[in-house]
Parts: sequence; C-alpha cells; structure tokens
Amino acid sequence: MRLALFITCFNDTLFPETGASVVRVLRRLGHEVEFPYDQVCCGQMHFNSGYRRDAVPLVRSFVEAFEGYDAVIVPSGSCTAMVREHSATVARTAGGTLPEGVARVAPKVYELSEFLVDVLGVTDVGAYFPHSVAYHPTCHSLRMLRVGDRPTRLLRAVRGLTLVDLPRAEECCGFGGTFAVKNAPTSAAMGDDKVSAVLESGAQVLCAGDNSCLTHIGGLVSRQHAGVRVLHLADILARTDALPDVPVYRPGLPGASDLVVGHAPGPEATR
Amino acid sequence: MTAAVRREPTFVGMPPFPEAAEAELANPVQRANLRAATHTIRAKRDAVVAELPDWELLRRAGEAIKDDVLARLPGLLEHLEAAVRAAGGVVHWARDAAEANAIVVDIVRAEGVDEVVKVKSMATEEIELNNALAEAGIHAWETDLAQLIVQLGDDLPSHIVVPAIHRNRAQIREIFVREMGRVGRPAPERLSDEPAALAAAARLHLREKFLRAKVAVSGANFAIADTGTVCVVESEGNGRMCLTLPETLITVLGVEKLLPTWGDLEVFLQLLPRSATGERMNPYTSMWTGITPGDGPREFHLILLDNGRSDVLSDPVGRQALRCIRCAACLNVCPVYERTGGHAYGSVYPGPIGAILTPQLRGIARHPVDAQTASLPFASSLCGACFDACPVRIDIPEVLVHLRAQVVDGGRGPHDRAEDAGMKTLRWMFEKPWRIGFAQHVAGVGAHFVRHGVIGRVPLPKRVSGPVGAWFADRDAPAPPAESFRSWYKRTEGGREL
Ligand code: SF4
Repeated sequence: MRLALFITCFNDTLFPETGASVVRVLRRLGHEVEFPYDQVCCGQMHFNSGYRRDAVPLVRSFVEAFEGYDAVIVPSGSCTAMVREHSATVARTAGGTLPEGVARVAPKVYELSEFLVDVLGVTDVGAYFPHSVAYHPTCHSLRMLRVGDRPTRLLRAVRGLTLVDLPRAEECCGFGGTFAVKNAPTSAAMGDDKVSAVLESGAQVLCAGDNSCLTHIGGLVSRQHAGVRVLHLADILARTDALPDVPVYRPGLPGASDLVVGHAPGPEATR
Repeated sequence: MTAAVRREPTFVGMPPFPEAAEAELANPVQRANLRAATHTIRAKRDAVVAELPDWELLRRAGEAIKDDVLARLPGLLEHLEAAVRAAGGVVHWARDAAEANAIVVDIVRAEGVDEVVKVKSMATEEIELNNALAEAGIHAWETDLAQLIVQLGDDLPSHIVVPAIHRNRAQIREIFVREMGRVGRPAPERLSDEPAALAAAARLHLREKFLRAKVAVSGANFAIADTGTVCVVESEGNGRMCLTLPETLITVLGVEKLLPTWGDLEVFLQLLPRSATGERMNPYTSMWTGITPGDGPREFHLILLDNGRSDVLSDPVGRQALRCIRCAACLNVCPVYERTGGHAYGSVYPGPIGAILTPQLRGIARHPVDAQTASLPFASSLCGACFDACPVRIDIPEVLVHLRAQVVDGGRGPHDRAEDAGMKTLRWMFEKPWRIGFAQHVAGVGAHFVRHGVIGRVPLPKRVSGPVGAWFADRDAPAPPAESFRSWYKRTEGGREL
C-alpha cells in the first residue's frame, strides 16, 4: 500500500509537529508514508468563503499531487471533508478532466482516525499519555465525515490516559474558517462557551482532530490564562514512554519536560 | 376603540449581520433567555424524535414530497386554484408584497370595518401586512401570545415559532401592564409573572377582539392542491378562534406551501410538531375547504404569494430552501443564533434558514444586493447542526456556500477589496509549492522575535487592522515555527534522524 501524507497548508506552516506525529505513529505501526512535495492546499478556505473559482487550481494541484497513491492520510477533519465532499463541486465548475481526477482521488482520502481504525484496523497504536483528556468532535469530523467514536476509541486505548466527558461536546467552537474574523465577536462568544465546557470537564488537555479549531480554542485559553492545553489527536497518539514529548520544532518553547507542544503556554507568556 | 394606529418597527435599514450581532451580543439578559429557551426546545425535540424508529425515512419522505411539489409547482397551483374556487373560495395571485397587501386592504375595506384579528403568520410578517393595514387606517390585532407580546412591545419578532423568545416572564409582564390598556382591555390588577397568569391576561384581552372581529387574516402551514383544503397548526386555540368566528377569512399563502394530496399531510403532521415544539402533535390543527354555509366564515379569500419565490425556484441549488416548513428546528440548534438572537439577521426569517432564504427572496442571484443582504450567507460557522435538525433535509451549509460564491464571484455584494486581495494572494502562493515554502521561511525568520511561540494582543483597533485585528481582539495565536513541515521533512528525510 502506497501511503501519502497530506499535511494541509495550515499544519505545514503552523503545526509541523502534528505532521511529524503522523509519520511516527504510522512508522510505529509498520507503515511508511510519503510526502509528495507538490502538495499545497485543498482549497477549503477559498471554497467556503465564496472564492469558488479560485479554488479550481488548488483542487487541480491536489489531484496531481496525490494521483497514484492508494491512500492519502490527512490530520484534519475539515480538509478531508473539503476533498471528499466539496472538491467535486469545484471540479464541476472547472470542467475538463478535473471531475474524473477528483472522482479517482477523493475516495482514497482519509482523515487520520478513519485511516487508523477503518483501513489499518487498529485502535491501540501503542501510545502512552498519562493525563486527563477531553475530546472535542470538530464539526466537519462529526457531521460531514461522521467519524463517530473512532477518535475516542483511539484515545481510550492510550495507556495512562483518562478520557473525561466534555459537556455539550457537539456544539461548534465558533472557528468556522473566515467566520472567526468576519464575525469575530460571535465566534469568540461561541469559543468562550467551549472554553467554559473544557474547564467544567476538569481535563488537563483538550484534544481534537483539527488544529484550526484548536488554534481558536487555544487562542482564547491563552488570552484568558485558563491553563488548559490543546493538542491534536496525532500528537497524543505519537507519545510513548520512551518519547514522552513530541519534538517541537520551534524556538522559544520549552522542548523537554513540559506537556505543552504548541500554542497554549501558561500565563507568563503573554505578560 | 380609541387606540391610535400603531406601527411596528421594521427590519429595513438594519446594519449588516456582523455589526448587528455585535450589538446583540452585548445583551446578557437576551443571551440567557435564548440559551435557556433553545436548549429546552432542543431537548424536547430530541426526545420525541428519538421515539420514532423511522424518523430518517420520514425526513426523506418530506424532502421527496416537497421536491415533487417544487418540480411541478405551476400546475399544482392551478389545480389548487380550481379546487378552492369549486369549494366557494376566492383566489388571488400576488407577485409581490405590495400586490398582496393591496388585495388584503381592498377586501377589508369592502367589508366596511377598520380592524382585523390575525393568526400568527410568517407570510404576512414577510410582506409587513400590519404596516400596510395601519397606513390604510385598519388595526391588525395579533392573537398568538408571543406575537401579541411582540406587537404590544413595539418590538420585532426574533424567532419563527416563538417570536418573543428573547423576552423573559418579567419583561412580558411589564409589557402587558404598560400596553394592554392602550389598545383594549387592560391587564388585570396585580398581574404576576407566572406563565399561567400571563396567559390568562392575554386570553381576557384577546377575547373581546375575537368576539368583535368581522375579518380575520391568517397564513397557512399547508394547502392541499387536490381538494383545495388549507391547514393551520397551532398550540393556543387562538388560530381556531380566528379561523371560525369572523365572517370573512383572508389567508396569505406562500406558493411553496403546497402539498399534492391529502395523504401527504400524514408525513408533515409527524415532522412539523416534533421539529417545532418537541410535541408529538400540536394541540390545534384546523383545516377548511372553501366555505360551508352555516359553518364558519361566509367568505374565504386565498392570496397566493410569490414575492421572490419564483426566483428562488430558478436556482437549482438554492431552491431547496423552498422545502422549508418553518419549524425553526434549525434556529434552535444553531450556535450563532443562540448567541446573537434573531434580530441580528435583519429579516423576519432569522437563523440558518433566514441566512439562506432572505438573500434569495431579495434576489441575490439576479442583481447586486445591499451590505446587509450580502452579509447573511456569511453569518454561519458552517457547523452543519441545522442540516441534521431539518425535517425536510435542507442542506443549509451547501446553500450558504453556494450563495457566498454568488456574492463574491458574481460581484453581487459590496466589494471587499482587502479580502479579495488577500484571497488572490493566498491562491497565488498556494499554486506553487515553492511559493508557500518561501513564505513559510520568511514567517519562520519572524518567529525568532516572538517570545514563547505566542503572539498576543495587537494594539490596534480591529476596524483599522482588518481580519488580523479581529482575530486578536479576543484570542492569541501561535507564532509560525522556524521550520515548516516540508522543510523538516526534507532536512530529516522524513524524520529518519530522530
Ligand atoms: S430550514 Fe428546515 S429546520 Fe429550518 S425552519 Fe425550515 S424546515 Fe425547519
């Protein structure tokens, strides 16, 4: 099976560690994953914001980059949903051979938890993470991909991890792509309620399958000094007793012993 | 009757959604009222929906019946017209709000009266009938409890099923005490804010209006083409009073409200009450076919209202909005509606359905629209909860994105040059992998100057600093790392040196 990683432009630029985590988890399970350098962006932001024509070249480049693979693994529910559910609409706008290209490639695109559970048939990936975790089912994973309990089954199988209930888990966090800036106060009000729910849950870490939603929630947590960590599912699944910390490729962050991987450090950071 | 002609305020001139929403967000009482009410209805709905083993099949049936209606609407409407005429009713066709209002005013004038009682109706709200009647010197008395609260409070409705959902008991009591006496029977002495006491006060206030009224105006939930039967479902009995007591009944019907046959009602009488109020069946379902001598109104007028619906029908993606049965389930689950309330949408149709129906009725596909209209398709995080709740499976997120494309690509809204430039730049960057690589490298260099990997508050007001300022008004963000994934992968050969 020839596997490809679609990192997504957002992860590529802001959360390289999540991509590294996917590579590590798959390698631990005995699979190599290739990274086609020609990949860029699924076109979701353009499509969802109404710039549908501008999404055409992006969908085309996606098809070109990933033709020839048996499976494309994506650490993002919303980008997976874009490729699987919407790129056909974009392709229809473009015409030519693009619709057929999309029809060939899109069905082979999997969100990470779908790939692990459905294709590899694995729920225990051999991870170790001794913390309490709440899982936020991001809207596109939940309602477009219907990933269901796949992510929580993966989390439950992590040694040392305590999965706690997130109140009102299925409510949107308010990120919504450009909604977060076009309707910023509404988006923040929704996110504030999500942060309250996370605090109510008592979890040390909020986990989700989309770094975009986590950036929004983590950004509010950080501003409020709420002291909860946010982590992508892959970054939890990558951890083992031997490697308790996912390597962090960025300056200025404590790399070794702290739980934090990314963007929600304690209060001292924003003073 | 001495009351002056009252005019309800209108949605005309409302600011675009983002601004209106920001103002509404600052009202904590309303937010608490909305949260409590929507969560209560949601829980009730979920419980009664879960009772039905075939809910998904019912939804599909509802979708299929409505799609069939839309596919052969002109023929069915003529069929309905013939059936209503045969049963002794009068049928009028109205292209737009002005025509519909003029027809109603003419009928009321011909009866020689200066007041009508009204059953709550979205169609008459949409055409602002009350204002048109007021201009003609005719008082329109709302008889639905929530609609009465809105009317007495000189307020605007904020929900399709519960127009006064943004009000709590104490506020309602205050409106009753202050306003009832000005337009009829005053509120009882020492009125409490218990729901039963408030309902009793409304009942007493309305009774004299029901008994006096010669003309009633209603909307309708369904009209059956085959038999000419019109159907109204409601919970308070006020509808039943309006539909049976007056001598003349005028019904304003949006043309999409048709069902082909009586049998189709079966599906919708299961879907609607469950979705709307979380009840297995609503308390009052009234149906009438033309007129019946010696029973009910002596004259029945049916006004078939287009008001933009033909335009909606001509859009293959957008037309699914015409399946809507106005149950408001999508409002009750919408996280945006829950925070902003209905007024922010600047239309009688708020929430997710309002965000797709209002722009279409106002003609977004055909001609440029104002900033308020153009903002509505963007008033959603696309979370999809509305689609899951909708009893007729309207894919609201799909239509939202479709309408966004009409606004942006079709140049139908006010042009946002900054956003346009941003999107084009991103596309340019994303077209070639080396371009994004180069941009990431530049960003990574900048990251060396950020402490602890976090970018905090930006000292610029968001109106000056655009989307960046909007993000940072309430949120921090991670600084871009020094190395992107693609650089890391290349440098380490896929992490092999780990
Ligand atoms: S769109 Fe669907 S859920 Fe919303 S009011 Fe209409 S029928 Fe009800």
